[in-house]
Amino acid sequence: MSAGPMSTATILHVDMDAFYASVVVRDRPELQGTAVIVGGGHRGVVLSASYQARKFGVHSAMPMMRARRLCPHATVIAPDFSQFGAVSAAVMETFRGITPRVEVMSLDEAFLDVAGAWRRLGSPVTIAEQLRARIADEQGITCSVGIAATTHVAKLASRRAKPDGVIVVPPDQVTSFLHPLDLEELWGVGDKTAASLHRFGLRTIGDIAHTPTTILCRALGAALGASLHDLAWGGGRATVVTRRGPEEPDRSIGSDETFSRDTDDPTVVRRELLRLSTKVAGRLRAARVVGRTVVLKVRFADFTTITRSRTLRDPTDIAVEIHGTAAELFGALGLQRARIRLVGVRVEGLRPTESAHRQLMLGARACGWSEAERAVDVALRRFGTTAVRPASLLAPER
Amino acid sequence: MKFRIDRDELADAVAWTARSLPNRPSVPVLAGLLIETAADGLSLSGFDYETSAQATVSAEVADEGRALISGRLLADICRSLPHKSVEVTQDGTKVTVVCGTARFSLATLPVEDYPTLPDMPTASGSVRAEEFSRAVAQAVSAAGRDDMLPLLTGVRMEIEGSTISMMATDRFRASLRELSWVPERSDASAHALVPARVLAETAKALTAGSEVSVALSSTGSGDGLIGFEGVAGTGSRRTTTRLLEGEFPRVRQLFQAESQTIVWLETEALVESVKRVSLVAERNTPVRLRFTEGQVVLEAGSGDEAQASESVEARVDGPDISIGFNHQYLLDGLSAIGLPSVHMAFTAHTRPAALAGAPETGADPELDFRYLLMPVRLQG
Repeated sequence: MSAGPMSTATILHVDMDAFYASVVVRDRPELQGTAVIVGGGHRGVVLSASYQARKFGVHSAMPMMRARRLCPHATVIAPDFSQFGAVSAAVMETFRGITPRVEVMSLDEAFLDVAGAWRRLGSPVTIAEQLRARIADEQGITCSVGIAATTHVAKLASRRAKPDGVIVVPPDQVTSFLHPLDLEELWGVGDKTAASLHRFGLRTIGDIAHTPTTILCRALGAALGASLHDLAWGGGRATVVTRRGPEEPDRSIGSDETFSRDTDDPTVVRRELLRLSTKVAGRLRAARVVGRTVVLKVRFADFTTITRSRTLRDPTDIAVEIHGTAAELFGALGLQRARIRLVGVRVEGLRPTESAHRQLMLGARACGWSEAERAVDVALRRFGTTAVRPASLLAPER
Repeated sequence: MKFRIDRDELADAVAWTARSLPNRPSVPVLAGLLIETAADGLSLSGFDYETSAQATVSAEVADEGRALISGRLLADICRSLPHKSVEVTQDGTKVTVVCGTARFSLATLPVEDYPTLPDMPTASGSVRAEEFSRAVAQAVSAAGRDDMLPLLTGVRMEIEGSTISMMATDRFRASLRELSWVPERSDASAHALVPARVLAETAKALTAGSEVSVALSSTGSGDGLIGFEGVAGTGSRRTTTRLLEGEFPRVRQLFQAESQTIVWLETEALVESVKRVSLVAERNTPVRLRFTEGQVVLEAGSGDEAQASESVEARVDGPDISIGFNHQYLLDGLSAIGLPSVHMAFTAHTRPAALAGAPETGADPELDFRYLLMPVRLQG
């Protein structure tokens, strides 16, 4: 068994290259080498773009209209999620054939810890190449792999490796790899954080690393400041948590909806929140999990997006409670006729229902919403998804 | 302004007044403590627009006047002064505090910007200070601490003739305390919703004298105010606070429950055991109690992590019962009982348990204080 200087760099971050676009192109060979954009109708956003389309500045999460303007000759294809799901599941199975320690982050990316596969399959780089060859062969799509001792560095490395490459960052080269990168690359640095760091004259990850933690904490708050400083020195999680999907327990369950037309009517928004909460609660119960944190997402017509969350006293899987909290969070925004494009409801901090106890309330009825909604689940299974729903969702709106 | 005063009297009065000063004042002057001279002494005042505190204390006043200085700083200084008489002099915008050879010069805040304190309402009656303090401590045990639900952070006081009832609830438990007092009018009838935190601190801080007078202003809607006044040393202590508004849950009727199983336990033994066992209980996970002939077995924790169990001797009349409680809520109730034995009455594992104190096992419970606790439904 060889144990070189990179013996501790055993975490692989595997990321499919332009996943949705690659899958589409694979099934329509005539599009090979052309600009392809996968996304919803003309109000949707770009889900994925082929590298030929990216040359024109198209990137994922961009509004479709803008993408069409940037790259008018691109072929736009509506997403077929069942197809993506099937390809993703096959890819993840390939991963699990290499190591059981696979942490699925989304349909198209996962962390693998291959420490235990060394003797059987070779060094992490060898494994990464085998993996890429098998996926290209079996699925006809390419992926990129970053290898490092921590999940964070591995992810940054895979981004550098794109498209269709492998980059290894051995522990002794972590700082020389990280420090020249723009600080925007760090996990946890969004536009706002980046702006406040820029005000301090910080541009690169190295700048953050060489700024005293106390100053970062003062500028960004204690938690974020300390975490960024740690990440800038190659810290972060060095273990892979086995997880079969992005929404397995300990993650979250949520649902978003883009309005067919931007709305400033709070009644419409609240009704949509009820629909989403009902959906999310049903999925929580089906997965036999409960969660304590309710997150509201609101995207405005100008695409600025905000999230607000509240942690409940007891974990819940009840639509009435989720909706109540989401509606309160929405009310607390105090919006004055702001035009809203999308709302989302998400429940986080999930745990198995069996492990959750429920503090009962004085004067409450013995059977409450929890029992009522479970009864509705039974009815829906028997009579179909439109059999029972809140009266305010009966309006023929869709 | 110039006066000389006994060090302990001053320190006590300043500490008492500074206690109610806001930590983060909405306007800077509210961080101040107002010192005003009177013919035979001083009055010290603090106010945060909700709660006012005023202490009077005797002093040798040489020069009259009023000054506003930082309350926290003054309290810190007074606490550390040597045991000699204190001389305080105002000179322009400075106030000088001299005690022995120690000398402090303090900046004043603009006294003309200081709000007028609300008047003390006329007294409604009086109550024994020690008993009042004990009763309030029991009553607030079930009060809510969630500022999102301000109504439930209050204690509802109901006055009917010579009885004051105090009740609180945070929806998960409820307390009911009754005590007798001496009303100004024998047909007194009123109710008020008093912030629990202020009530608890006030009652505790007024135990220096033997009596506390309670003053309730117009109980209808609008700017309700309640005042408490007691004596301390050579002066008086008074607090007023704004009443909370809203329709308080009907706590009293919750206590009408019947019971199937009645249990007596030694209060102290149960408290100690709950504390021990709940060391392994994560936040908001229950402690489980299984009552059988002659004992209760307490358990907490989960199979995946740490677990603990302990048994405590108990007299159990009626069918066996297993029930789970939030351990903190159970401890809050047990700690408030204040009697050697605790009397617990259960109907079902999803129905509230009623706690009261008893002088000994088997004795009838003393119903001047009752605590109602809703269980946690155990899964699986």
